[in-house]
Amino acid sequence: MTTKLFGEPVRRREDPRLLTGQGRYLDDLGEGAFEAAFVRSPHAHARIRDIDVSAAIDVDGLVAIYTWEDLPPLLAEPLPLLIPHPALTHGRTATPLARDVVRHVGEPVVMVVARDRYLAEDVCALITVDYELLKPVVGVEEAAQSAHLVHADVPGNVGAHLVQEVRSAAGLGAREAIEAAPHTLAFRLDIERSASMPLEGRGVCARWDADDRSLRVYTSTQTSTSVRMAIAAKLGLPLPKVEVIAPDVGGGFGVKIVHPWPEEVLVPWAAILLGHEVKWTEDRREHFVSSAHERAQTQFVRVGFDDAGRVLGLDVTILHDHGAYTPYGIIVPIITSTQLPGPYKLGAYRVEFSSVYTNTVQVTPYRGAGRPQAVFCMERTMDRIAEHLGADRTAVREANFIQPDEFPYDQGLIFQDGRPLIYDSGDYPGSLRMLKELIGWDSFDRTKELAAAEGRRIGIGVGCYVEGTGVGPYEGGHVQVTSDGRVHVSTGLTSQGQGHETAFAQIAASELGVPLERVSVVTGDTRRFGYAVGTFASRAAVMSGNAIALACRKVREKALRIAAEALEADPGDLEIVDGEVRVVGSPGVAVPLATVAVLSNPLRYAFDAEAGRATQFAGTSSFDRPPVAEGEEPGLEGRDYYSPIRSTFASGMHAAIVETDPLTAEIRILRYAVVHDCGNLINPMIVEGQIHGGVAQGVGGALYERMAYDEHGQLLNASFMDFLMPYATEVPFVETAHLQTPSPLNPLGIKGAGEAGVIPVSAVIASAVEDAEGIRISRMPISPSELFDLRRAAP
Amino acid sequence: MTDIAITLTVNGVVRRVETPGRRLLSDCLRHDLGLTGTHVGCEHGVCGCCTVLLDGEPVRSCLMLAATADGHEITTVEGLAAPDGTLSPVQRAFAECHGLQCGFCTPGFLCTVTALLRDNPAPTDEEVLEGVSGNLCRCTGYQNIVKSVHRAAEIIAEES
Amino acid sequence: MKPPPFDYHAPGSVAEALETLAEAGEHGKVLAGGQSLIPMLNMRLAAPGHIVDVNRLAELATVSVESDGVRVGALARHAQVERAEQVAAAQPLLRQALRLVAHPVIRNRGTVVGSLVHADPAAELPAVLILLGGSVRLARPGATRDVPAAGFFTGPLESALRPGELAVSALFPTLPPRSGTAFHEVSRRHGDYAVAGVAALVRLDDDLRVVTAGVACVSAGPVPVLVDVTEACGHRPAASADWASAARAVRDRIEPETDVHASADYRRHLTGTLAERALRDAARAASDE
Repeated sequence: MTTKLFGEPVRRREDPRLLTGQGRYLDDLGEGAFEAAFVRSPHAHARIRDIDVSAAIDVDGLVAIYTWEDLPPLLAEPLPLLIPHPALTHGRTATPLARDVVRHVGEPVVMVVARDRYLAEDVCALITVDYELLKPVVGVEEAAQSAHLVHADVPGNVGAHLVQEVRSAAGLGAREAIEAAPHTLAFRLDIERSASMPLEGRGVCARWDADDRSLRVYTSTQTSTSVRMAIAAKLGLPLPKVEVIAPDVGGGFGVKIVHPWPEEVLVPWAAILLGHEVKWTEDRREHFVSSAHERAQTQFVRVGFDDAGRVLGLDVTILHDHGAYTPYGIIVPIITSTQLPGPYKLGAYRVEFSSVYTNTVQVTPYRGAGRPQAVFCMERTMDRIAEHLGADRTAVREANFIQPDEFPYDQGLIFQDGRPLIYDSGDYPGSLRMLKELIGWDSFDRTKELAAAEGRRIGIGVGCYVEGTGVGPYEGGHVQVTSDGRVHVSTGLTSQGQGHETAFAQIAASELGVPLERVSVVTGDTRRFGYAVGTFASRAAVMSGNAIALACRKVREKALRIAAEALEADPGDLEIVDGEVRVVGSPGVAVPLATVAVLSNPLRYAFDAEAGRATQFAGTSSFDRPPVAEGEEPGLEGRDYYSPIRSTFASGMHAAIVETDPLTAEIRILRYAVVHDCGNLINPMIVEGQIHGGVAQGVGGALYERMAYDEHGQLLNASFMDFLMPYATEVPFVETAHLQTPSPLNPLGIKGAGEAGVIPVSAVIASAVEDAEGIRISRMPISPSELFDLRRAAP
Repeated sequence: MTDIAITLTVNGVVRRVETPGRRLLSDCLRHDLGLTGTHVGCEHGVCGCCTVLLDGEPVRSCLMLAATADGHEITTVEGLAAPDGTLSPVQRAFAECHGLQCGFCTPGFLCTVTALLRDNPAPTDEEVLEGVSGNLCRCTGYQNIVKSVHRAAEIIAEES
Repeated sequence: MKPPPFDYHAPGSVAEALETLAEAGEHGKVLAGGQSLIPMLNMRLAAPGHIVDVNRLAELATVSVESDGVRVGALARHAQVERAEQVAAAQPLLRQALRLVAHPVIRNRGTVVGSLVHADPAAELPAVLILLGGSVRLARPGATRDVPAAGFFTGPLESALRPGELAVSALFPTLPPRSGTAFHEVSRRHGDYAVAGVAALVRLDDDLRVVTAGVACVSAGPVPVLVDVTEACGHRPAASADWASAARAVRDRIEPETDVHASADYRRHLTGTLAERALRDAARAASDE
């Protein structure tokens, strides 16, 4: 490989357009489209008695008003339950518009289409919905008590219940192992709701071509291929007549993997019905109450351990708040329960979760997707063990680590992809060594004493995690070299700022030996690539990266074959350098890839001078075989797929030093250190950026962000004034170090990096605040007001 | 509610628009003038995505009626590069330092930082943080944005 | 999140603005900086029939230091007042407070008088006006009246401004020699409304003993809470004044509420702590005069 771009911090190809206002996000499209707005439920739980639109119909500019009764049969049904699971015995999804009962504030009831959004909102304000109020269920404990039901036909509000147990080497169950252990502890942990909260909300723009009877839908999604299939199914359209495109997307972080959203089927439906382009751009208030949240769990932990702090048995029971519906199945609690063991060998492990319905916004994955809760649980447990034994917190972790020579390591659980959870590679003791050095763990006691002498309280915390990344089932890549020498790469999954256009171009340029500038990458456009799963679970680089590499290798092989014939050389003696196929050692003997592309496509018509070289009288083809030989296809292109046997497992460890104000209880992060291992790095600059952003979201989740519902199910802080996403002034400088343990599972040796930064932050900050204050932290996020309360309650 | 005729000078070009009195400047720029580089992230003035320069000073275009801007000069992200397309020092610095990911908040940061460095060509870390403290970014964690601002200051100093 | 329909008026003179407002009566709303009004319009929490945009009235965009204080016109932006050196010299508390108002970009647009009229009990400027004993000048066609701060703030987001009136300016009195001020607050994020905040004013005699000491607290009740702590801190030299006792007096007086960001107890505790810090700083500033 001569064009070494893989592994280099090359600048992003996306940036020039995004820096000049030339990006195209959803609301930048569809000028002249009708715009939709929704009447949404103001109540958490209510029965719709009547909808009165009479006051609204005179508004100038009104185009249409739709309620559930207007929907055709397929659309009137509940939306799909995307990921069924045998344990999800009572999965429930909403209808696109509420049929009779609304189950959370924000649920769509009426769709309005008007000439513009201002008018559509005017119409919404004039529609009256008469509700009979029902008793709302808010919070997991109230749900578990089940005095009232969210869904009348779901007893106990329990949507799913799942137990997994891994027995000890000696055959003991976790509970037996805990009973037999020298030390045991039991405690409860709580973690509250936050949300993905991308700065661009959701949005859909649909264009119906009545002449062609085809539909083009733009949507701010993490999975355009699956939205396409859902729309075709829901609207009864032939799949080839539907195309779905994810334009530039202003952040996803999980919320945009859910699909089809009600609006994703209603807007196209209205566009067809009205014969006019229709657009809906979600506003911020809608995003708070109508999309999805995550994180809320209550965990009951029992652990048994020996004098060295080795965990002999761990038994965790989780109450998971699923909100009003379960369109994304139980992926989040499955991830919590299976990623909980982290980098540790637990003697025996039992985990049980109940996923309960509440009259709140539905819960679906948000960056980290259940792992922050898992790591909070495991790492709080490690700290409790250390406290109990009077041991150093890192020593307890070391005592439990899986060792580098123990890979592949089977945790004995079934992961979120339905496949065995087997760690592929890693070096946990090495990571911890690096981290301790980076943060100065061993000298911190002295630092703390010096600070205390000045009346300052500081504390240090640590958190370790293992993250299953690159989950299947597959992704594909298509690579085409055109006769101008350009390389066109496409893959079906989508981009929301991860720099795929750059990273995938680096892979293609490296594999094909062409300059980066010649490569262009398209993602998330079903016109270019129809088979894909989507962007989530830190999988894009692993899945599409490898698929594109494999597709490039096909193209390369074909290019060498064709060039070998033209150069009368052996393909094995050829290399591609700077877009030219050359004989190794004789750089003068070469043919440009552009020419190879011409030769790959035998032509009758010369549409340009270069093409003339491949026409039928150019004398280039042999008379002994047909112009397109058997087993060959015209064109210099290749398509391939990557479908892994199972996930790869990235890992990392974070440490933080915090200061708490003795008087005001303000919490300030003084230092934040990250050691991260995601295997081989495609573009270290981009990976670093992913970590920074993840840590910032983690800091938000640890110290600032929560969804504050009152007992009526009203979200009290549904604005950026009161839902406190950190600004630059709240986020610490992140110090990073990388360890590279390549994955043996894929050709590029890479693991995912997208979610890593966010995962351990709540655990780390809790650990550090606990160290500073000497007060147990069992609940995150923590605000100064709550720290003040804890201080007062402390013995 | 009759439409109001207003005149704005946007990125140096005089534009006349007929607009309802209630139309937000952000919507006017995006949908009446086709300058969709100015983004709308919250419509209550907190996120800063819609920040533009009004007579050179950064303001929230979602917290201003288009009619109020009548007669004023506005610079949007589309107007930051030189007429020949050369990116401004701030734009170049953001590209160099990976100061953006999804790019949605970026136009607001670029406008804010352009004014910040004009008023204070060599800001300290604290001044940079204070300067960008009203702009939310959900992707970058801000570290590379702060780095970009310092780098932009360097580029401006080198080129002046 | 788009504003509801309204009639838009852009008067070219104060007189025309007053006429328009008088006609609109209770359906009229003044638009100046818009940094509080427009979010409320976008969320449709306000639906005035008439918006009277005073942004063309350059005559209101004035800041002047007069014999009795700093007079701030209705169109003077936060940033303009914050940057004015003569204002900082005449009444330092204004700059001390303005630096804490939201973010720089908001301050480029928001107006001082608008903030007073908005009367948010979590905002800094109402507390400043109350502490300094300032006033707001309200006008209607043919008449103006000055309302003292003590009577101006009547409840959360409620002021003495009557329908049809325009707040044309506010007066922030200057202080006699040996006076000092300070503003301390804690907010969840930098630039957020304060969880608790305290503006303090201390006057000393020539022997540097405390003559008067007072604080105005934000987020501590339905309106900014003014607490005279002169007695609590004692007629002592500033260096040995009993600021802790003053803090206790403040904690006793205020009536903060619990919300999503903080409990009432925490706010009470925090306000006392901030009062102590602010009083100490104010006294130091007075000593240095």
